[in-house]
Amino acid sequence: MDDFIAARSQMALSLGFHIVFSCIGMVMPFFMAISHFYWLKTKDPVYKNITKAWSKGVAIFFATGAVSGTVLSFELGLLWPKFMEHAGPIFGMPFSLEGTAFFIEAIALGFFLYGWEKFNPWFHWFTGVIVGISGIVSGILVVAANSWMNSPAGFDYVNGQYLNIDPIKAMFNAAWFEQALHMSIAAFAATGFAVAGVHALMIIRKKNAKFHYMAFRIAIVFAAVAAILQPLSGDISAKSVAKRQPAKLAAMEADFKTERSVPLIIGGIPDTKTKKVNYAIKIPGLLSFMTYDDFNAEVTGLDRIPVKDQPPVAIVHYAFQIMVGLGMLMLGLSLLYFFALIKKKKWFKANWFLKLFVAAIPLGFIALEAGWTVTEVGRQPWIIQGVMRTADAVTPMPGIHYSFYLFTAVYLSLSLVVIFMLYRQIKMVPKMYDTEIADPIS
Amino acid sequence: MMLYVVIVYLWVALLLYLLLGGADFGAGIIELFTSEDNKAKARKLMYEAIGPIWEANHMWLIIAIVILFVGFPGIYATMSIHLHIPLVIMLLGIIARGTAFAFRNYDAVHDNMQKVYNKIFVYSSFITPLFLGVIAGSAVSGQIDIHANTFLSAYIYSWFNWFSITIGFFTVALCGYVAAIYLIGEANDPAEKKRFVRKAWQMNIAAVVAGALVFIAAIDDGIPLVQWVFGNPVGIIAVAAATISLVILWYFIIRGRSKSLRLLAGLQITMILLTTTYKHYPNIVVLKNGGYLSLIENKGADKAIEALGWALLIGSVFILPALVYLIYSFQKRDKSTD
Ligand code: HDD
Ligand code: HEM
Ligand code: HEM
Repeated sequence: MDDFIAARSQMALSLGFHIVFSCIGMVMPFFMAISHFYWLKTKDPVYKNITKAWSKGVAIFFATGAVSGTVLSFELGLLWPKFMEHAGPIFGMPFSLEGTAFFIEAIALGFFLYGWEKFNPWFHWFTGVIVGISGIVSGILVVAANSWMNSPAGFDYVNGQYLNIDPIKAMFNAAWFEQALHMSIAAFAATGFAVAGVHALMIIRKKNAKFHYMAFRIAIVFAAVAAILQPLSGDISAKSVAKRQPAKLAAMEADFKTERSVPLIIGGIPDTKTKKVNYAIKIPGLLSFMTYDDFNAEVTGLDRIPVKDQPPVAIVHYAFQIMVGLGMLMLGLSLLYFFALIKKKKWFKANWFLKLFVAAIPLGFIALEAGWTVTEVGRQPWIIQGVMRTADAVTPMPGIHYSFYLFTAVYLSLSLVVIFMLYRQIKMVPKMYDTEIADPIS
Repeated sequence: MMLYVVIVYLWVALLLYLLLGGADFGAGIIELFTSEDNKAKARKLMYEAIGPIWEANHMWLIIAIVILFVGFPGIYATMSIHLHIPLVIMLLGIIARGTAFAFRNYDAVHDNMQKVYNKIFVYSSFITPLFLGVIAGSAVSGQIDIHANTFLSAYIYSWFNWFSITIGFFTVALCGYVAAIYLIGEANDPAEKKRFVRKAWQMNIAAVVAGALVFIAAIDDGIPLVQWVFGNPVGIIAVAAATISLVILWYFIIRGRSKSLRLLAGLQITMILLTTTYKHYPNIVVLKNGGYLSLIENKGADKAIEALGWALLIGSVFILPALVYLIYSFQKRDKSTD
């Protein structure tokens, strides 16, 4: 494996790992706050148990998210020193603010985890809310840094020099809002479906049905609302990509030819040699409409982009199809949930209904990883769109593939241990939080 | 002006990492050198003492890194390239330690897996500060060669030298020392207190021995350490203060004044960091050809420094009261359960 590919793979691996943990760390505190709120209001101990059980999980995820994030802040330099040397001062603003947000999150988590029965209950509740809010703020800030790579702003690039640096303008670049919005919603959708699915599974197995049913209800509402908003926000993102990164959009849609009234391509296998997409479903004019609100608009295809500036088409296209496909699936499930809630309450007891949600456990996270693949691979060969090439940013140190293997092994074993720990956590629920098994739906 | 604010924050972040993070690493180091039958007790105490502020501790390191890459990107890039290997080892240590800590405290089932987590925890508590010290030592060891053309001279000799390695061990000993002092105050019964006093002794001796080795290695590697430390009044005063405080320290230990003890040990560490950085300032990286990377000459764009400075100042307004209240709340609880 050559060093450049190894560096890219290591970066992708570390980010792909971190994102799972950080999303959970960002969203779970809100679930906890809701059930904690119910506990304080109703004094139903099941809510307290749910809050406690979840907070154990969050502590595990938080610690793993924090160490993988710490690793990332070093990796940016270890793998892309030339990039950081120039980009650091420009896109560093969100990172320095993020430091504050992380800090507050960590402090609030200290209060929350260790503060049971030690503080005024509402103060204690409030520290949990702070954990969630500062988590979301950090997520938004770090995505603002990433969006700067997609839509560089806040400096003038003259003869290879970065002049007139303005970190505030860099932070509020053209893509930050769309990306931050889409990412935050994705975090709720992905985490919500995963958590709801796990509890659905336990209901099917008839273990502490009341506990799991109440937990399911909290998680699924977040998930369903987010999944309904997600395609809307995705549409805003796609329009923004069309403006700032036509090459990325062309790769997402495997759109080889610039023309008017471009169809939306669903699925299919793009062939870069013949410049055709085989076996795809084409909806006439829809891509033109989706990007420019006009069925007749012209959309830039890959033929307008020099070959040396084109991203890998197949990967970006497949990743985009996976994200959108799963997004639609999650949308469907969410609508079904609300239908059941209003019309068919008895479905909540039906195994087939619960099994749908069990099957949905990984969907959000797969979509999330796919979405990042679209964003990051779609930006290639640039590390800073139109300014610096990824190949020019990589560290001169040879032998990066060893480091890649090492980190792969580490992350792989960590993932296994975390899964193992969660399994044990869930298995212990009946022992630790035993309550009578009443009819869950009443 | 903002430049100096930023530099002060960088220094303070390093100091606090050494003190608070150091106590945290040190707890693991002490556990490594604790006999089997006392381990469980020591572990419980450490968890109670360090748990609540644990997440906040390693934020200091992240803040230092962010300050480096936003404010001094050239220095960050050079260190990232030439100290790649020790940095990776330190990172592996951080991963192993952080996760092992979380796992052993939050695993729902307490069985043999605990032994595995403990092993990982104690060894990584040793490795991480060791390499942290190696990295700090390498920055000033004058072995970083930006024109190197072989793998060994560019990526290995930059850090693999006696000076850097002895600094690594010195850092480990300091962490153990800080932790022992801290835990004396946390211990619940006299026997336990006694154990930590003994540990503090041992770590103190280890630090003095490692410190002496650092000086020997410096002479051997041609590093003018003696002149850096003793060549200026601030250095001499700081060393004198550290030495005197050592004497007072043992008096406090005997008298059982754990609060004053902590303050004093903190002062010692501050003095050690001050002496080693004062003469150097602002050249935090010494290169092979005799060149320097200076905080002043290698600063990033003015607007970036300005924004960073404000972010740090405003951030502190939120963070410091909350952090102080966190530490205060859990201290108070300790006292009330005494
Ligand atoms: C639960 C996860 C999830 C789901 C269901 C979707 N997305 Fe997404 N998408 C993401 C998770 C995600 C992401 C991982 O969060 C990305 C990566 C970067 C970003 O800002 O969000 C992303 C990026 C991303 C981009 C690229 C943005 C950029 O490069 O700046 C576009 C155009 C879309 N999405 C569009 C959609 C559409 C039309 C969807 C319709 C259903 C959709 N996404 C569902
Ligand atoms: C879209 C991408 C990212 C998101 C949404 C995100 C979000 C988060 C969140 C919410 C946390 C808090 C920990 C938790 O709750 O589990 C976290 C931790 C962290 N992240 Fe990320 N992150 C992203 C990418 C990055 C990148 C690229 C870096 C580094 C350059 C980074 C650095 C960190 C650091 C240093 C921490 C630890 C902070 C702590 O101790 O609390 N993150 N991240
Ligand atoms: C957390 C979610 C993220 C994921 C899953 C992700 C994924 C990826 C992937 C797949 C690549 C490899 C692209 C390729 O080589 O073809 C990559 C590269 C990279 N990403 Fe991201 N990314 C995320 C967020 C971020 C953020 C927030 C930043 C910085 C602020 C960032 C900075 C980089 C850099 C510097 C590279 C290497 C250079 C490049 O390939 O362009 N990423 N990431």
